[in-house]
Order: sequence, then structure tokens, then C-alpha cells
Amino acid sequence: MSYEFDFTDVFAAWPELLQGLTATLILSALGMIIGMAVSVAGALGKTSGPAWLRWVINEYIELIRNTPLLIQIFVIYFGLPVLGFRLSSNAAALLALVVNVGAYGIEIIRAGIESIQKGQIEAGRALGLRPLLIFRFIVLKPAIQAIYPSLTSLFIMLLLNTSVCSVIAATELTAVASNIQSRNFRSFEIYFVVTLMYLGLSIFFWTVFAAIERAFLRIPTR
Amino acid sequence: MRALEATDLIYIVLAARWTLLLSLAAFLGGGGGGLLVALARTSEYKWLRIVSAGYIKLFQGTPLLMQLFLAFFVPGLFALSVDPWTAAALGLSLNASAFLGEIWRGAIEAVPRGQWEAATSLGLRYAPTMGLVVAPQAVKIAIPPTVGFLVELIKGTSLTSIIGFVELTRAAQVVNNATFRAFTIFAVTALVYYIICRPLSAYGRRLEERLRIATR
Repeated sequence: MSYEFDFTDVFAAWPELLQGLTATLILSALGMIIGMAVSVAGALGKTSGPAWLRWVINEYIELIRNTPLLIQIFVIYFGLPVLGFRLSSNAAALLALVVNVGAYGIEIIRAGIESIQKGQIEAGRALGLRPLLIFRFIVLKPAIQAIYPSLTSLFIMLLLNTSVCSVIAATELTAVASNIQSRNFRSFEIYFVVTLMYLGLSIFFWTVFAAIERAFLRIPTR
Repeated sequence: MRALEATDLIYIVLAARWTLLLSLAAFLGGGGGGLLVALARTSEYKWLRIVSAGYIKLFQGTPLLMQLFLAFFVPGLFALSVDPWTAAALGLSLNASAFLGEIWRGAIEAVPRGQWEAATSLGLRYAPTMGLVVAPQAVKIAIPPTVGFLVELIKGTSLTSIIGFVELTRAAQVVNNATFRAFTIFAVTALVYYIICRPLSAYGRRLEERLRIATR
């Protein structure tokens, strides 16, 4: 092994890496929040909209799920300006992530809506529960329990997908890593450290999501 | 800057063969590795189960792009220079081995416990039990999600354009850099991926549906 490891340049660039990490987190959080709004709207359209709308939503889902995120980013960042819509790299990155996460989110939310059982609501009414209580304990909680694992996996997927946005020179962690790498050519060291940072993020969120599930979403065993 | 011609679009469409070849290579490599990972995850030895679980988490918890970068730069540490094709095939194979390993572990564990017990009580040891009793039933369960993952793998090959492998996405970028007709070019490229992936997705879903009806 003749290679000399040298992490000094990586540690010197620590403030930049932290900024990249922050940008990645902001991109993920915004992408998830707006993506969920799209998902809920799409799921409602798919479960109770007119036939043409259901078709449109379905085709949108299929189109996004069967094409790479990288191409979606290119269409939005390089393609849309041709049609007269110019976006900054971060805005294009966010839009691409929202469009992408929405296609997966719609199906998850729809499954949640369809998991609600009418008979349960009727049973709640028969017991004389107020509508608010029925919504909270009979509609919302079981639906959240049903979709929680899928939603958390979707968020992790989104978090890792933000790294693809580096190709349009957004400000997130991977783009920062590529910038540092082009300055000092410590490719392995930079990417190794940044990979560990992503792994740290994933482990952090896995742990937090599992803790939330244990604390609030225990499914009572019969 | 020059005009976009039909030959450019043909060049892009033909570049899809590299996407398909790379997908195939990664699926074969990942399939072999995934088999080992799945066996390790369901092994009788605790340390094997822990190590293989860590291996899976490592790939599930980091971006594929980073995995490809490392596949490209790590061999350099050993004074081996790899071309983009090798790095791409290596990175995607390792990634696929983790994901397929996890999918196939689920399939092995979905085979009812009683099948193991019955085979053991007939005096079969681990290998014949796994090979003759459990695996044939696990394969049936594993096929639909495996087809689903194949779509993810094909989409994943587009990231190898970033480490310089010339496949569908890279070909589109090359044409775009010469003609600047981005919308048309990337829409056509998206369409090529769509034509490859959509039938696979649909097939995977159909298989899943059939399996659900069969095991009801």
C-alpha cells in the first residue's frame, strides 16, 4: 500500500462541509413537507376525483417512477428554460425532489386512506364518541400507524437522493464535497468522510423514527 | 452550437445498450453477492447475521452516488486504476448485492417455520433443508420484488454518467452540449428509460398480484 492518507485538507474544509450538511437537511425537510402536500392532494384526487384526474395522477406516478431522478433534474434545470421557465439550481433541485417524492408519496397516503375502515367509524358513533375523538383515535391514529414505516423510508430515500442534485451545482453536501475535491484532489478522503456523514444522518433518523414509533405508535397486541 | 439532427437522437437511443449491459452486469454481480448476503442474514451463526446486517445498512444508509465515487477512487489507493465501466459495474454490483440480499432474506423468512421443522425432523441437515425445501418456496416469493428492484437498478445506472461512463444519460448530455436543445433531448431520454422500465414495473406488479391470490 503506497498511498498516503491525508485528511488535513478535509478537516480544514470542515466549515464548508457543515454548510453542505445544513443545505442537505434543509433541502430534505422542504422536499418532504412540500412533497407531502403534493402527496395528500394527489391521493385525494386519486381516491375521490373524476376519472380523467385519476388517469392524469396515475400517469404522473408511472412517469416519475420509471425514469431516473437525474433525468428529471435535467429536464427541470436545463429543459424548462427552453420553454421560458428559468430556475436557480437550488430551486430546480427542490422542484425535482418534490415531483419525485410526490410520485411515491401519493401511493403511500392512498393506502393510508384506504386502510380506514368504515365499520370502525360506525362503531365509534354507536359508542357515542364525539366526531373529534372518532377522527383522532379511529381515523387518524390507525392510518398513521399504517403508513408510518413507508413514510420514514421515503424520507431516508429523499435524504440520500439530494446527493444527485450536486450535478447541477446546488449547495448541498455532495456538491460541496466535489468542490473541495477539485481544489485539493483528495478525492478518496473527501468522499469517504462525506459518505460517513450521510451514514451518520441515516442512522440518526432511523433511530429517531424508531423512538417516535415506540413512544406514540405502538400497535396494541391482542 | 449546431442543429439537432435525427442522428443525434439515434445516438442517444443506441446508447441505451450500455445502460442495459451495465444493468445486466450489476444484476448478475449483485445477484451472486446478494445470495451470499441473504444466506448470511438467515445463517445459524449470530456473527454472520450481524456483519451482513451492517453491510446492508451501509448501502441503504448512503447515497448511491457516493458508493459510485468510492468504487471509482478506492481502487486507486491500491495503485489500481479503474476505467469508468469497471467502477460502475463494481459499485452497482455491491449496491445491488445489499438490496437483493435484504429482499431475498425477507423471502427466506416468509417461508413458514414449520417447513424447517419438518425437514429437520426428517433428518435433513442445513444445506439440503435450505436447498431442497426452503429455497424453492422462497424463490416464488422473491421474484416480484426482485423485478421491482431491477427497475431501481436500471434507473441507478444513470448516475454512472457522473463518473464518466457513457450510457444513456451521458450520451444525452454529450448531444445537449453540442446542440443546446435540452428539453427535447432530455424528454426523449426520459422516454427511453420509461419504455424500458414501465413494462418491468407492470410485470412486477402483476406477479405480486398473482402471488397474493395464490397464497390467500
